[in-house]
Amino acid sequence: MKRGLVLSSAVALFASASFVSAQNPTIQGHPEDYPRVDIEHGARLYAEHCDRCHGANGDGVSGVNLRSGRFRNATTDQQLRTLITNGFPTAGMPAFTLDPADLTGLVAYLRNMNSVDRGSLKHGNPAHGRTIVETKGACLSCHRINDKGNWNAPNLSDIGANRSAGSIERSLVDPNSQMWPINRPVHIVTKSGKTIDGRRLNEDTYTVQIADEEGRMISLNKSDLRQFVVSTKSHMPSYMDELTPDELADVVTYLLTLKGM
Amino acid sequence: MSRPQSIVILVAVVFLLSPKPSAQTPVPAERLLNATKEPQNWMMYGGDYSSNRYSSLTQITPLNVKTLAYAWAYQSPNAGSWQATPLVVDGIMFLTQRPNDVVALDAATGRVFWMYRYDNSSDIGVCCGSNNRGLAILGNTLFMGTLDAHLVAIDTRSGMPVWTTKVGDSHLGYSLTVAPLAVQDRVIVGLGGGEFGIRGAIAAFDAKTGKELWRFNTIPGPGEPGHETWEACPPNPTTYCDPEAWKHGGGSVWVTGSYDPSLSLTYWGIGNAGPDYNGAQRPGDNLYTASVVALDFDTGKLKWHYQFTPHDVYDFDSVQVPVLADITFRGAPLKALLWANRNGNFYVLDRTNGKFLLGKPFVRLNWMSGFDSNGRPIPTPQPPGMPTYPAVQGGTNWYSPSYSPRTKLMYVSAWEDEGEIFGGVPVEYREGGRGFGGGNLTLFVPSASDPTKIIPGAPPIPNLRRGPINNWTDAAGHGAVLAIDPNTGEPKWRFAMYDVTDTGIVTTASDLLITGGREGYLQILDARNGTLLWKANLGAQMLNNPITYAVNGKQYVAAMAGLTLFVFARP
Repeated sequence: MKRGLVLSSAVALFASASFVSAQNPTIQGHPEDYPRVDIEHGARLYAEHCDRCHGANGDGVSGVNLRSGRFRNATTDQQLRTLITNGFPTAGMPAFTLDPADLTGLVAYLRNMNSVDRGSLKHGNPAHGRTIVETKGACLSCHRINDKGNWNAPNLSDIGANRSAGSIERSLVDPNSQMWPINRPVHIVTKSGKTIDGRRLNEDTYTVQIADEEGRMISLNKSDLRQFVVSTKSHMPSYMDELTPDELADVVTYLLTLKGM
Repeated sequence: MSRPQSIVILVAVVFLLSPKPSAQTPVPAERLLNATKEPQNWMMYGGDYSSNRYSSLTQITPLNVKTLAYAWAYQSPNAGSWQATPLVVDGIMFLTQRPNDVVALDAATGRVFWMYRYDNSSDIGVCCGSNNRGLAILGNTLFMGTLDAHLVAIDTRSGMPVWTTKVGDSHLGYSLTVAPLAVQDRVIVGLGGGEFGIRGAIAAFDAKTGKELWRFNTIPGPGEPGHETWEACPPNPTTYCDPEAWKHGGGSVWVTGSYDPSLSLTYWGIGNAGPDYNGAQRPGDNLYTASVVALDFDTGKLKWHYQFTPHDVYDFDSVQVPVLADITFRGAPLKALLWANRNGNFYVLDRTNGKFLLGKPFVRLNWMSGFDSNGRPIPTPQPPGMPTYPAVQGGTNWYSPSYSPRTKLMYVSAWEDEGEIFGGVPVEYREGGRGFGGGNLTLFVPSASDPTKIIPGAPPIPNLRRGPINNWTDAAGHGAVLAIDPNTGEPKWRFAMYDVTDTGIVTTASDLLITGGREGYLQILDARNGTLLWKANLGAQMLNNPITYAVNGKQYVAAMAGLTLFVFARP
């Protein structure tokens, strides 16, 4: 029953009209709101999933002009994500199973089709990106990707499903800005004098769960701790001056291919 | 719409094998009026008509609570958050489970006597899950609101339906998730559906027949007092303005009201205006959204109102249970209405006339800077892109607080230091259409490199149904139990939680305070000072109000976590 409800709502989103009426002059979102890499990633996804029906110019479906960037029945980005996820069955649009990172990119592109020339968008080289990750970038000295690398930093095997292109790019140049609070490094001294450094996995009122530097999972009662320090500084270096813009784009493109199992 | 069908499953074998329950007598109106004299029972959503959620049971004490142990559990077969408060009457527990099942159990063992299953029509629309918050009882009848906006009367002994009344049109987005309030000869409910562009109402029905006795529209129509607060659109609006905003102005009701027999008034909290966030398309104060209304019990006529959040653009539903307490306020006796509001303020009103007496923030807030002499908040809208405190989930929400006449403190489950970046987006009303919210919202999680900035590009925080990992940590907000002194509005003590809490509170005459939280701990505190006395990890977030009751002289504590109702008692 619930699924039926969601589908029928999605139909209603698209059914009455495709565009914002003149009565609704205010629209959220202009190019500055969306990172360039998200738009670029979205353009790739659009070519892969949407071109066939909507066309390269977004006008392939009669009465629908995606290039307007405005959708009367999906005024917010969240509604647009829902619409893409649920599809529009009565008009023949299938539901698309896209992860959050891809949805972010696709929405960024749809909102900016009217001002972006797809031909001018940069496309990183994922194979080159992988080489940088594994060699020059030395990312696997801390991170793990599938069966390679270390445990000190978050596992990146599914980073391309969970982090948008914009977030990954910012993370490379300003790691502190993108570090999720849960991933913050912790320094612990127990009442028995044992020192533990690691990365936080979970925390509640009474306990904390961490991965230590060898990747061991440790759960501690806060009442047993003498010192418990959570750092807001990531151990990750900035790659702003270490990698060229092209190399950064290659790394982002590679990381976006990591979708987990 | 197809007529709902009912299926009654009589578990006869279990009934025969179960110990004989204590004497079961009907629950006439007098018993409900004197509910506090039967502390072994929990006969209505708020415990008694004052919604104090205070029990005079004293068997479990601060000294012996450490011996509290698992007694029994009952698991709901239906997934989804479980927000119901059970009733317990003479050894029988009656509770609802998703979507609209009613189960009668032996309150001492958890074994099931019968289950009633209401089949909702297929066109229901609910914003936030198939929630039901519980039942009312009167005589030999239970009353339940349904997701397809019907009120159903069920025989307590058989689990068979007695009558069904349509309260609203579910295809227009109306639903009933509230636990009804049974008083004298009638049952009162409020209509939900605020995110579907409904026009809310509170209505009373004859308990015997289901006939509607009165209806109060929470959005006044043309000619009714308060309609002028749905102001006309300006001649040439610069942004979308809805000339008929009142017709779908929200004002849903989804948490149970209270009743003062001495004043013959029933008090109800009213939900947010619709659309939730884009106030520009509904100019005016938008009465009676985000308000409390005091209605004449006999007629449903408005006696007085107080609007907590005029022209709300933050989804600050005022659906908290109205807590009625007779207190000494500034040296004089006062029939008080105590209210910790979703907008982050604690209020004391005179419940005889609605006069504003005290308003004080109990969490960090910046949407207003203070009150004028009439108790009207002075709004301080934040610049675009800057966080508003509290966030959309509010300083507290629908889970119930408690007032203890022993400690004279109001206990509130609070969300502290959570901010939200709000942004209104025009949205046109479509009949029954989902998504009448009209906003872009971003939870404010400060970046480690710049605490004034959010973590850009990060996925939004899940709110009501987060899993077992607290991804955002206390950087995004945290929970607490606050023990507020009504005379000052200041907390006398604060019990800090790492994660936020959606669990209500019950206090006892032995000065226990029972609550839970997102983390899944059932926690018992000393109500006098907030000291943790006992806790148990129930393994999933608790989205409901714990209760305490007794059967055959033994006191129990009951609370749901995830899909399981856990019951504890001393051995």
